[in-house]
Amino acid sequence: MTQSSGASPGFSRRTLLQSAGLGTAAAALGAPMISRRARGAELVIGFIYVGPKDDYGYNQAHAEAAAVLKKMPGIKIVEEEKVPETDDVAKTMQSMIELDGATLLFPTSFGYFDPYMLKMASKYPSVQFRHCGGLWTSKNPTNTGSYFGYIGMAQYLNGVVAGFTSKSKKIGFVAAKPIPQVLINVNSFALGARSVDPSITTQVIFTGDWSMPVKEAEATNSLADQGIDVVTCHVDGPKVLVETAERRGIYTCGYHANQSALAPKGYLTGAEWNWITVYKQFVGEMQAGKPLGNFVRGGLAEGFVKTSPYGPAVSAAAQAHADMVKAEIMKGGFSVFKGPLKDNKGNVVVPAGKSYVETAIELESMNYLVEGVNGSLS
Amino acid sequence: MSSAAQVQGQPTSSPATAAPDRFYPARRALESVVGPLAALLLSAIGFSVFLLVLGKSPTDFFALMWKGAFASTFSLDNTLQRAAPLLLTALCVAVPAQLGLVIIGGEGAVVLGGLAATVIALPLNGAWPPLVQVAMAIAGAAAGAGWIAITGLLRARRGINETVASLVLAYIGIALFNHLVEGPLRDPASLNKPSTYGIGDANMLGPLPGTDLHPGLAVGVVACILCWVLISRTSLGFSMRVTGGNLRAAQLQGLPVQRLIILACLIGGGCAGLAGMIEVAAVHGRANASLIAGYGYAGILIAFLSRQNPLAIIPMSVLLGGIGAAGGLLQRRMDLPDATVQVLEGFIFVAILASETMQGRIAWFQPRARG
Repeated sequence: MTQSSGASPGFSRRTLLQSAGLGTAAAALGAPMISRRARGAELVIGFIYVGPKDDYGYNQAHAEAAAVLKKMPGIKIVEEEKVPETDDVAKTMQSMIELDGATLLFPTSFGYFDPYMLKMASKYPSVQFRHCGGLWTSKNPTNTGSYFGYIGMAQYLNGVVAGFTSKSKKIGFVAAKPIPQVLINVNSFALGARSVDPSITTQVIFTGDWSMPVKEAEATNSLADQGIDVVTCHVDGPKVLVETAERRGIYTCGYHANQSALAPKGYLTGAEWNWITVYKQFVGEMQAGKPLGNFVRGGLAEGFVKTSPYGPAVSAAAQAHADMVKAEIMKGGFSVFKGPLKDNKGNVVVPAGKSYVETAIELESMNYLVEGVNGSLS
Repeated sequence: MSSAAQVQGQPTSSPATAAPDRFYPARRALESVVGPLAALLLSAIGFSVFLLVLGKSPTDFFALMWKGAFASTFSLDNTLQRAAPLLLTALCVAVPAQLGLVIIGGEGAVVLGGLAATVIALPLNGAWPPLVQVAMAIAGAAAGAGWIAITGLLRARRGINETVASLVLAYIGIALFNHLVEGPLRDPASLNKPSTYGIGDANMLGPLPGTDLHPGLAVGVVACILCWVLISRTSLGFSMRVTGGNLRAAQLQGLPVQRLIILACLIGGGCAGLAGMIEVAAVHGRANASLIAGYGYAGILIAFLSRQNPLAIIPMSVLLGGIGAAGGLLQRRMDLPDATVQVLEGFIFVAILASETMQGRIAWFQPRARG
């Protein structure tokens, strides 16, 4: 049989040349073909993750949303995982632009922003860059932007459920670094539990880095050894913590993504990102030819974060109460950090009569652990 | 190592001195090139089988690999960029290796070199930038040299295993780095990613003139050449190789073995510290956790792939840089996990180490008496 009309003669020639020679001839032919494809109607979006896509955590939360986008018509998703926060990420962005024709990039890790993403944004002004983390200011290039979610409220709800479930009145938190974003979660979790029973104490352990599976397991074991019966965390991949807690027979509240599959007995609920909301928003703006938002943030009420369905160990009373608090949060204006509030050294951190809602700028430089949290920042 | 074997082998073939084998040096040089190339070919075949088992096409893989690593200016730039820091960190392994030392703690020297360079730049901010940059280079190299020299001292004076000591010191160095960056040296404005203050845009190293290339590339290539000259063309380098070949013989000859060990560690550590300084001055502009990127560990792989030859470090760094540069494209186009390229690197590593055992075993490359 002769080569029938040839659905795509260009393609077969290219394949042949590349597999035969791998020479410069193939490369020279290959380059214009890539850009021809890029000029098509389809929108190419690049996602960059700092860890594995299936980490049951931070990266999976983004990858799950990317998988939803992938099913939408007219969209092509290119993804790269385990890209370090070094010049490598600048090269990955450039490669997605140059070789894949991406016109919208989501570098999802905090450390990708400065200088890597900013550098690439000035180099490629026609490409849109949206970074997860809330670092954008009006001084940055207009083709860049930030999106982030206020997840503290979901950790507060975790705390409420933990407060109802704990029998020992001691709960634990495994945290990566004592930075404001993490401290908001630790304190929200503790305050949620204390809103149920003010005698509850929260033990926090800082592991020192975002992904330290061995230390996270040790920390979980040490919390269990202290008689703590509910744990949660703020590390990149909560998998190890959730599995260890389940083995030790204690309860967990999830973080980043839904980890209930890892702890069918002990998983109570979880604070999850719901990134698809913001990704759909950006993609919709892009497809409509409208300018993209530069600074987009939202919480539970805006659908940027969500809570995991309750596990079997959550009592009816706990569910009812948590649902009630959640309904209150959804109305807006809910405040977890209300005065008078002391830190765990006895200093007043929120004076009486003052209260900070989740969007309050004061919370973004948080440098304390609230009363009832055992642990220290240094 | 292999040179020592040949020195021992010489007397048995001494009748050949009557009719010297003029082509032997050329064949010996050829042998050191053919070995690694054959190993690369073998690892490519082995890896192709691995891909076929996964149901992926090896031709697609190598075509994408070529495209992502070398086929365009952008790809080549990407490759060389990734190769740049590895040139210097590989020297941190290869130079002490001349004395038979296996130093694997270059990562500690990289991060502390970067930190020292930043610390020296902060009070000098506003001074003439080339001066600041020179001061940074000296501080970075000195910090790295000092850090690896601790291992050298422990080895020379106390006989402590340098491999374990250097690795453990790398962990200590990283912990010290984290402590200082997150504590006393932290810029209070760096809330969610603890960093030191910036060194200032004026003090940053630009790309190589007329290109988009990392300045570390030029520094690395020059350092590799200098180290090669030192090792193969000076009496100091010869003393190092003698010590590596036979320690007892070196001592009997009265070579200052302890000082040579410390010196080699100083040179190697200085190179790694300089790599840290360049990362700060060319890429990050400040010291933070981004500096702990594993360049020190990648350097171990490259040094072994280069059989500890500083000149061979240059092509091997480019090869590994290319694999890294193409890794992303392979993930995106062939839907392969990130670990795939590590499997390829593993194949290459094992094949090259195995090829080393073949050195001197193939008769054609050996000296022959002319009849």
